[in-house]
Amino acid sequence: MSNLNLKIYELNVEQKAIRDGFGEGVIEAGEKNKNVVALCTDLKESTRVDGFAKKWPERFFELGVAEQNMASVAAGMAAMGKIPFIASYAIFSPGRNWEMIRTTICYNNTNVKVVGAHAGLNVGPDGGSHQMLEDIALMQVLPKMTIIVPCDALEAKKATLAIAELVGPAYLRLAREKSPVVTTDESPFKIGQAEVLIESDQAEAVIIACGLMVYRALISARKLEQEGIKVSVINNHTIKPLDEKTILVAAQKAGAIVTAEEHQQAGGLGSAIAEFLAKTNPVPIEFVGVADRFGQSGEPAELLEHYGLGVDDIIEAVKKVTKRKNGN
Amino acid sequence: MILTDDKLKYLEDKAKNIRRSIISMLVEARSGHTAGALGMADIFTALYFGLLNHDPKKPDWPERDRVILSNGHICPVLYATLAEAGYIEKKELATLRQYGSRLQGHPHREFLPLAETSSGPLGEGLAQAVGMALADRIDNVATRLAGGQASQRFFYCLMSDGELDEGSTWEAMMLAGKEKPHNLIAIIDRNNIQIDGHTEDVMPLEPLADKWRAFGWQVTEIDGHSFPEIFDAVGMAKSVFNRPSVIIAHTTPGKGVPEFENKFEWHGKPPTKEEGDKAIKEI
Repeated sequence: MSNLNLKIYELNVEQKAIRDGFGEGVIEAGEKNKNVVALCTDLKESTRVDGFAKKWPERFFELGVAEQNMASVAAGMAAMGKIPFIASYAIFSPGRNWEMIRTTICYNNTNVKVVGAHAGLNVGPDGGSHQMLEDIALMQVLPKMTIIVPCDALEAKKATLAIAELVGPAYLRLAREKSPVVTTDESPFKIGQAEVLIESDQAEAVIIACGLMVYRALISARKLEQEGIKVSVINNHTIKPLDEKTILVAAQKAGAIVTAEEHQQAGGLGSAIAEFLAKTNPVPIEFVGVADRFGQSGEPAELLEHYGLGVDDIIEAVKKVTKRKNGN
Repeated sequence: MILTDDKLKYLEDKAKNIRRSIISMLVEARSGHTAGALGMADIFTALYFGLLNHDPKKPDWPERDRVILSNGHICPVLYATLAEAGYIEKKELATLRQYGSRLQGHPHREFLPLAETSSGPLGEGLAQAVGMALADRIDNVATRLAGGQASQRFFYCLMSDGELDEGSTWEAMMLAGKEKPHNLIAIIDRNNIQIDGHTEDVMPLEPLADKWRAFGWQVTEIDGHSFPEIFDAVGMAKSVFNRPSVIIAHTTPGKGVPEFENKFEWHGKPPTKEEGDKAIKEI
């Protein structure tokens, strides 16, 4: 299992912010293709485009606090052959500028990459106003949009390089807080291809997670195994287009699914999977995600616990979905 | 270009043809926007039959000037002008707003790649035009560094006055004021009407020229139906090398058809067959 960092079960597992992976990736993408440009709305350092800006000042644009403008300006640049990465916090982009993304990026089918940093509860002390929990839903309903939620910094870097080569609109969701690196340099990354991290023929259920929740899913699986309950774990980094094949096989084999994401339960990864399986192979599903509420100030870990996104919540969801599968 | 009497007559004839096409296609479509399309016919004529560097035989020519139509609802004038210039067949104009037509109710690039952008939702064209001009600048700097010949492209953004209510327009104005793309020329259809009435009643825009000037733009105000004034203003805008330019073109909504002129109720409705026949005779 070279695609899984086996140190994740140790206390000294490497911690790195997912956004840092984007910062490295966008520089490498810029080296590979001179048409890659970056735009930012007064959040250069915290979205990690500062390295790109320093290296290629002529290919970087500071737009001030104006996310609507950023989306449309990028669409214009893309119409002239550029590959713009537009970086802001997810609450503002794609939050505030959704209609510009719809009309000037997706409806026009322009080659713009929307990078939403500081998504999810892990923003922590800044509070609910900045904890974007609706962005996947907003992007998921847009035709032509590809959505990627990397699970760690390494995967964020690979995802950044991959969307730079993809022709068409893409949304990359980033987290602020440092988090365990669960993949390795050798782990494959392909847009639209979910990675099975733990596979068990005797799995009672399969946990399908994205973003920071992949680590929690892996820890849950380890704990469940100690209780004698086997599960499979899938890192579903691409929400759209969904890897229907992998999900269908997993659903058929395990017969029960738990989804885990740092997002509202509505409109996120879980919704996408439920919609797909309802049409193809309905199985019981439990959704680990925020239950129609806004966040609040606090430390990332305590917020995840408070809103039902902890390891124990996943374990409970696995037990519940297994009971449902077995009809009791 | 020198506007000789012959050239003026040529432009006036083209504008009349375009206005007649607009009326015919709106009558056929039974929905669409009449006033703004007629009001901008002279500016479209001046651009496509005198000012633009373009070639209808090579619509993908990378060096072409770009026309970004921000207020997509006046697209009958764009479609009619493209037909008059030979980009599309005139008979296709009759398909406006119909199922399967390339001539969507508001321009959609997926259907009609001749449109430089899709538009309809207001307040987004200027930002895209700024983005195009900035991308052009990146390429030109790189080309010059490599000892090559920089491109001479201009980016014309056609906008309505009503859409200046949109905050996103002002964000784009501010960015252009900062970055100073000299080859960006915005042309505002200052016809003083929008859906709910007179622009100064709905949301006052004046002093409009002062506002643009304060944002760092070169401003010219003209009669949008005078070819000499349009040509002079664009000529001046092209000669300014240290900032973007805006031309506030005072136009008469519904221009060319006395019954439609200056009546905001003609913003969003088409003429009936009878009204259309009468209008075409009057043009």
